[in-house]
Order: sequence, then C-alpha cells, then structure tokens
Amino acid sequence: MATIKELAKKDELLSGGHRLCAGCGIPPIVRIILRSANGPVVASSATGCLEVGTTIYPYTAWRIPWIHSAFENSAATISGVETAYRALKKRGRIPADKDIKFVAFGGDGGTYDIGLQSLSGALERRHNFLYVCYDNGAYMNTGIQRSSATPLFSNTTTSQAGEVIQGKQEWRKDLTRIVVAHNVPFAAQCSPHNWADLSKKAEKALAVKGPTFLNVMSPCPLGWYTKSEDSIKLAKLSVDTCYWPLYEVENGVMKVTYKPKEKKPLAEWLKPQGRFKHLFKPENANLLSAFQARVDSEWQRLIDLDGKQVY
Amino acid sequence: MAEKRKKLLQGNEACVEGALYAGCMFYAGYPITPSTEIAEGLSVRLPQRGGKFIQMEDEIASIAAAIGGSMTGLKSLTATSGPGFSLKQEGLGYACIAEIPLVIVNVMRGGPSTGYPTGPSQSDIMQAKWGTHGDHPAIAVTPAYVQEILSETVRAFNLSEKYRTPVIVLYDEILGHMREPITIPDAGELPVVDRAKPTCPPEEYFPYDEKYEVPPLAPFGTGYRYHVTGLNHKKDGFPTNDSKQIRENNMRIMNKIENHKDEIWKNEEKFLDDAKIAVVTIGSTARSANFAVRVAREQGIKAGLLRPLTVWPFPDKAVKELSKRVRAIIVPELNLGQMVLEVERCAGGACAVEGIHRVDGEPINPAQILEVIKKYA
Repeated sequence: MATIKELAKKDELLSGGHRLCAGCGIPPIVRIILRSANGPVVASSATGCLEVGTTIYPYTAWRIPWIHSAFENSAATISGVETAYRALKKRGRIPADKDIKFVAFGGDGGTYDIGLQSLSGALERRHNFLYVCYDNGAYMNTGIQRSSATPLFSNTTTSQAGEVIQGKQEWRKDLTRIVVAHNVPFAAQCSPHNWADLSKKAEKALAVKGPTFLNVMSPCPLGWYTKSEDSIKLAKLSVDTCYWPLYEVENGVMKVTYKPKEKKPLAEWLKPQGRFKHLFKPENANLLSAFQARVDSEWQRLIDLDGKQVY
Repeated sequence: MAEKRKKLLQGNEACVEGALYAGCMFYAGYPITPSTEIAEGLSVRLPQRGGKFIQMEDEIASIAAAIGGSMTGLKSLTATSGPGFSLKQEGLGYACIAEIPLVIVNVMRGGPSTGYPTGPSQSDIMQAKWGTHGDHPAIAVTPAYVQEILSETVRAFNLSEKYRTPVIVLYDEILGHMREPITIPDAGELPVVDRAKPTCPPEEYFPYDEKYEVPPLAPFGTGYRYHVTGLNHKKDGFPTNDSKQIRENNMRIMNKIENHKDEIWKNEEKFLDDAKIAVVTIGSTARSANFAVRVAREQGIKAGLLRPLTVWPFPDKAVKELSKRVRAIIVPELNLGQMVLEVERCAGGACAVEGIHRVDGEPINPAQILEVIKKYA
C-alpha cells in the first residue's frame, strides 16, 4: 500500500478549480480513489453534484477520459464503456495487455434509488469496474430531498421535522449489503477522513477482476447544516460512533477494518448537524435513544459477522 | 381575512395551492429541477390535512404510485420536468387505457436529456401529446401567470376527474420560479369536480361499461371488485383479443375527449376583433407576446393575441377561424417548431404562418415578436 507521501506524488486526476462547495466530501474521495489506481483510468458520473460541479463549460476538472449520460445509469454507461474497450482490444486498436481501470461514480440518490437497477445489472453481468457511491445522505444537488440513504430522523426538504413528524421516519437502505448479495469479489465501506483505509480499499478494488464497490461517507455542509471546516471531523465521528462502520467483504469474507477503541455516543455525530437539531429537544430524547439502539444493534450484527464467510 | 388570502407566491407554490384547492390528497414524486418545490410544499401540506406524500425511488415509481393512489379514490398528483416526464411516459399510457384520473405537472426545462435544468423551455408540447406510445387521448393545460397556475391546476384536476383520464399541466421554468402576488380563492369560488362513482350494486358494476361515455369509477376498497390492466380489455376490465371490443374501447377513450373539445378548450383573446396579424402562443412566451401586441397597437398596427390555455386537444376551431380573417399568424415558442406545426395544419394555407423559435435557455422577448409583427403590418 502506498504511503501518504507516495500518494501525494502521484498525478492529481481531478484538478482544482472545480465548483464543488467548500467542505464537500466528494473531491477528497475522488482524488484518493483515482490516485490509488495504478494505471490509466476511465470514469463515468451519474447526474449529481460531482457531475455538475466538475464540468461547467468551458472547463473540466477531469484529467482522464470521463463520461456523463443521465441520472440513473452511471453503472450502465460504464458497462458500455468497458465493453467498448474490450472490443477495441480485440481488434488490436488498444494493446491487449494494457490494464485500464474503469470507475463509475454516483451519489446516493443516483445509486441507492434511481440507479439501483442499473448498478445491479452491471454487477450481475460481471463487468470489470469499480462503482463508487459518495453517500451524503440526500439529494443535495436538487436542494436536500430525502433519499433511501438519508439517516433516520434527518430533516430534509421532503422529510421536514415539524410538530408532528420528526424528520425521516425510515431506517436507511443498507446498500453495501445489497451489493455484497451480488457475490462481488470486493465491496467495502469507507470514509475520506481515513485516507489510508480508503486508499487501500480502492487499490484492492481496482486490482481485482470483476465488479467491485465502495460506499463512501461524504459530508455535505449544505445539506447537513454544518461548518465547512468540520467535514472531515464529522466523517470521522460517523465512524467513531459506529453509524458508518468501515468494513470490507473480500471473496465473501467479512472484515471490520476499523473498530474504535472507545465507541462514541451517536449524539456526538448528530449534535453538530443542523439536520438533527430537533432530536435534541427534551421531548425527543426517546427518539435519540431509539436511534442509538438501532446503531448499536447494526454494529453488533457486523461484529458478529467479522471474520466469517457471509456468502 | 380577505387580506390574508393575498400571497406572494412562486409558480410552483401556486401549483401546490391549486392542488390542495382541488382536493388533492395524494402525491408521489421524485426530486427534479425546476419542479421540486411542488414536492417540497406538498410534503408539508398534505400530511397536515390527512393526505399522503410519498417520495419514490424514481420517476417511474412516482407515476405508478400516483395511479395507485387515484385508484383508491384519492385525487392524485405527480410533478416533474423533461427527463422525468420522459420516464413517466409508460405510466401515462397506462393511466390513459386504464382510465385513471391523474394530474401530471411538467415544469419544462431545456432538453433533450439533462439539457438545461435551470433554464426555461416549451419543448415538451409535442411530448405531452405523443410521448407515450399508441393512440391515446391527451389533455394538457398551459397557464401563463402564477395566479393561473393555481386555477389551471384546479381545472386539470376537474378535467381529469370528469373524463377519467390523466391531465398534464405544462408550464416552463420561468413560471415555476417566478413570484407574483396572487389571491387564494375562497372555497366555492372555483368549481371543483369529483369523479362519478357507481350507484349500482357491486355485482352489476362494470368499470369500462360501454353504455357510458365515461363510466363511473369505483374506488378500491369499497366493495366493488374489478380488474385493471394495461392490456386492451372488455367492459369488466379483463383482457380481450376480440377485435370488436378492442376497437370499441379504443374509440371510446378517444371520443370521450374528442366529443367534448368545446368544454375542454379555453383560450384568452386580446384585440382579435379587428386584428390583421395574430400571435398564437402559450405560457411565459404569451407574456412577451401580450406586451408586443400592445406596443404594436400603440403604433397603429392591428395585432392581436390568441392564447390557448388548453394546448391539447389543440384549439383547431379557434385557430382555423382566426386564419380566415388575418394576414398572418405568428407562433413564438421556446422550441424549434412544435405548436407552429399545429397552427399550420389548422390554417391550411389560409394565411401566412411564421414561427419564432428560441432554444438558448433565454425567453423570447417582446422586441423579437414585435419585429415579426411589423413584417406583416
């Protein structure tokens, strides 16, 4: 695995000057992943913050071949692209031994919701690609609407916390488990605060032949109602509170890759975020404890599976 | 009290008010610019009145859920923009053949594909009619003012309930995001139509009974058991291969609209009595046309405006009649020529027809229209 010094020496494949917000989790995620690819990379993006923020005419932040087609089909698009490169190799237009990596990016809306069918199809067809979901927990590009990745009780513009309803009422979809159920050779959850873990997982994922997947926690100051400078700290808290466990499933074996020495109370992650403000009203103490209990049981489930063959 | 009913609202917020006024109790949708404010507004307002808001996982699911909501007897709405409207086309066709009342709002943005999400467009006029496959009836209403978005949303629900068919509300990004002072009408001020429900006993009920032009629709869960399908069906709703029944049912769903066009059409006319040059246009472009026509009149040019508030079924009668008494009809539209084709068809060579088209994400301004008016003066 590369050290941070070695990583820093590699070419920056997503340039500065893009229009993503200050404090956005996406650029460090994309950069660490692209730096972890040892060789040429081709990428696709679903409609979303990453796509609009990096490609406003007449500029592009991408220093690699990149394609955007629509919202629901980043995985389908990369399927076509990867197949096209295979065809070009077959015809001798590209050297057959050239190791080209394919990465599809999508946000949680474009991956958990509208893009799930496209992702599932590409995983099942065993295309040789890495899918990266940057999960900021809502449709941030259209103005913070809830998605199936939105955390429980989160306030969004379509799950507003009011007098009666306290934000989103449903537990988030466990997308990583859904991907694992496709028997992919490698799938993992990561966070940009732990660059070493993220880089290592990206390197692994890109070295494997077949479909692989990274689900990455991506802080969003706009949608989380947080300070830009707190993003990485909040990413770390999501992991230290075990809301967002870091783990990988390699060839069917579960490995929890980070176990906090001291599991922090969930409230430490929730409190600085405006989207959870209502949970700290005295009358909502029961909701907060219910949320904590669910996080605890999810974490325990994971710990029980640690080291085991899960498919 | 009357004071409080005056509000400064965005077009999309007025759409929310219109839906609530009409008695909408179910919304299923998906975030898409520039229509998302409709979903946001209803996510708060519907639960407050005991209605249901669901954010679905995509556009296809949204129209499917809205169809389901309507089948339980609730007035149902879904809202979207171009890319989402494309995805909803299959559901739209289903609602046509299964005769499910439903309102679909399309806040038009630049296209094709992702296009220009924050820019206005009127390029879905033909899609509203021809987007879903197969012959099918189409009703689309086209407001041009924030106040009118409210009243036309109410009218869309009324038409949908009356004719048991999906109705499209078409307006563009400018109107969706423009703020104007409007008055929320008092209850009873605007007509509100509810679908006809069966009065016969359940065992005698046929959801597609050919003895009616628009058969009554029994809400699911009220004891009336029947089959609903996207296949061609006979009067009990079950699929059929019988050519006579297929034809009869297809013709009935077309004719229930075709035979009532006079009631569905709605036009605004300005200075048309002695006009020699007419502008025919809809939505935000009609606002520019209105200004251009007034300036032309000040300059002694006999110009007038015909503004359809129902673009589908197309106002054939009004345009045909107009074409016989004017020198020219000018059709400004934010697309590369859609409504102009309908106007040419109706005019049938009786007068000159000239389109003004723009697809750069900017509105057509009055000066552009005035220039063409002067050409025919």
